[in-house]
Amino acid sequence: MSAPSGTLADWRLRLGQSQGALIAVAVFLAMFSLYIANHPAGLTVPVVTTAANKAVLLALVAMAQTLPVLTGGLDLSVGMVFVMTNCLASTIVSGEPWQVALGIVAVLLAGAAAGFVNGAIVVYGRLQPIITTLATGAIYYGIALLLRPVPGGDVDPDLADFMTYTVFGETVPTALVLLLAVVILIWLPFRNSVVGRGCYAVGSSEGAAYMSGVAIGRSRLAAYTLAGLLAGVAGLMLTFVTFSGEASAPIGGTYTLNSIAAVVIGGTSLYGGAGGAIGSIFGAFILRTIDDLLFVFDLPPLWQPLFQGVVLLGAVSLGAARVFRVKNRLELFN
Amino acid sequence: MQGLMQAGLKSIDRPVAVAFGFIVVLLLAGSLYSSSFLSANYLLQQLQVAAFLGLISSGVMLVILLGHIDLSIPWLVTVGGMMSTAAAGWWGPEWAIPFGVFCGVVFGLVNGLGVAILRVPSMIFTLGINAVAQGVMVLHTGGFAPQDSATPLMRWLAVERTLLGIPNAVFIWALLGVAIVVMLKKTPLGRYIYAIGNKEGATYLSGVNTRLVIVTCFVLSGMCSALAGVLLAGYSSKGYQAMGDPYLLPAIAAVVLGGTHILGGRGSYLGTVAGVILISLLASILSVMQMPEAGRQIIYGCVIVGMLLVYGRGQRVVG
Repeated sequence: MSAPSGTLADWRLRLGQSQGALIAVAVFLAMFSLYIANHPAGLTVPVVTTAANKAVLLALVAMAQTLPVLTGGLDLSVGMVFVMTNCLASTIVSGEPWQVALGIVAVLLAGAAAGFVNGAIVVYGRLQPIITTLATGAIYYGIALLLRPVPGGDVDPDLADFMTYTVFGETVPTALVLLLAVVILIWLPFRNSVVGRGCYAVGSSEGAAYMSGVAIGRSRLAAYTLAGLLAGVAGLMLTFVTFSGEASAPIGGTYTLNSIAAVVIGGTSLYGGAGGAIGSIFGAFILRTIDDLLFVFDLPPLWQPLFQGVVLLGAVSLGAARVFRVKNRLELFN
Repeated sequence: MQGLMQAGLKSIDRPVAVAFGFIVVLLLAGSLYSSSFLSANYLLQQLQVAAFLGLISSGVMLVILLGHIDLSIPWLVTVGGMMSTAAAGWWGPEWAIPFGVFCGVVFGLVNGLGVAILRVPSMIFTLGINAVAQGVMVLHTGGFAPQDSATPLMRWLAVERTLLGIPNAVFIWALLGVAIVVMLKKTPLGRYIYAIGNKEGATYLSGVNTRLVIVTCFVLSGMCSALAGVLLAGYSSKGYQAMGDPYLLPAIAAVVLGGTHILGGRGSYLGTVAGVILISLLASILSVMQMPEAGRQIIYGCVIVGMLLVYGRGQRVVG
């Protein structure tokens, strides 16, 4: 089955499994180098910080999307949880330090609760994830509208400045540190836990996972709950970037759809069971860098949406290469 | 006689019965609020508005029966609306409807080729096509300032009532509906669609050209969306950007509430009709009651989850 860890065969296996993510990293580095080379200011801290603040939002939402996708599901409500937590954060994350701290905890709990509801309906209600999250997405958008009927609100300005500027002597964008912290404190422990491995098992083959004694219900529930929590982190970060909250259906929809694209570009299979959140982060970075590249190359604004669409379509069609390699067409039908 | 009735009842399965039952409950509840909910005029008005969603859902249903999904609906509806009005400006009003529908067919064809030949998951490929269609439309409006007002024929089809006071749009939906029912029930193509939704590999091994069937369904879906866009442009007198945005989620919800399985292979057109009417009626009643948007969204989501919990639950995994 699997090679002993540390051997050459083990490393080859691991590299093979993360091929998609590695390609995403390489593509991102190439694109970002191109961007920096053509940017009038070059590689400076402000340029990187601006890019990071935009990219980290999508990266967090894409990480959130990765978890349900790994189980073979999908979360179409992830953008709406993002918008809902943004509206909540613009209402309660201000005032005295203890109020701010309490507000942040409440925002993250709200995100996790939304994810838990999704998971509970999927696991105990046995409804399909697509249609469940489509419906709960409408509910979360409704709650966002209740919280913030018109755009506005407020957030603790010192904290927002800190989160959107730099740390370590003005060298590293705080947003990237936050992303790294989420990876180290949430994603890596989760992936290596029994429940996290259960998510991969459920996505690979639910029946086999069940017969092997994997707690399939608990794994799913954890995946959706964690997705809600990560979307909550992203919503909080959005509030720090914009200093306000807005219940916007287009923002929610765009982030949901881009998160799916980022997950696919990052090498996670939409059929579940293979991939990971790190690839999705770079998938999100790639999508964001496309926008930045259009900006530095001075593409006429009218052409930008079409160009973005074509690049997106091309990127997601890359996986089609396997179609031309298979010898037996039956291999395609699974 | 009794046997005949039982057979008749059996052919209407549980989801369809529940959906129609819920429609009746909605109407009765609405009539408590205002008696005009039961008037013929109000009901016809609802059917007219439902017809646009009905056209879109018809195409979406075919794609869902295959086990795929079409997320390019929003901008294909917009393409239908905007290209038809533009064609009227370029070559004359008689070109409006054919060209609008033709553009939907072209995008649907690309969807089908991507899903059937390249085997990219439909969820993500149609998403890409949606973005491309949006890009084309932005470019189109920016460059030439094209005509955006609907032709008289489009307006007549979407707004007027000719025969027996029934809106013309309802006739178009009925025609399309009958065509789809005949296709699904009486032609090999219809059988292949259900077969692919159940087991594509087995269907392929039975000698069916599965690629052709998949491409056909995506073309039909693009065509239905564009046709709905043409009529919507007629209804609001012009085609404009993002006019299709509010239709994606209701279309999928209508199909699923009507008992079509989201993973394909099972479902009836009658159910989709019930789902479409239910969604339109719910939206209408909530807006008459002056429910704010927030409450509408929450109720809408709860109704979908609630109804599916009654009849749309999956099997427990047992190995």
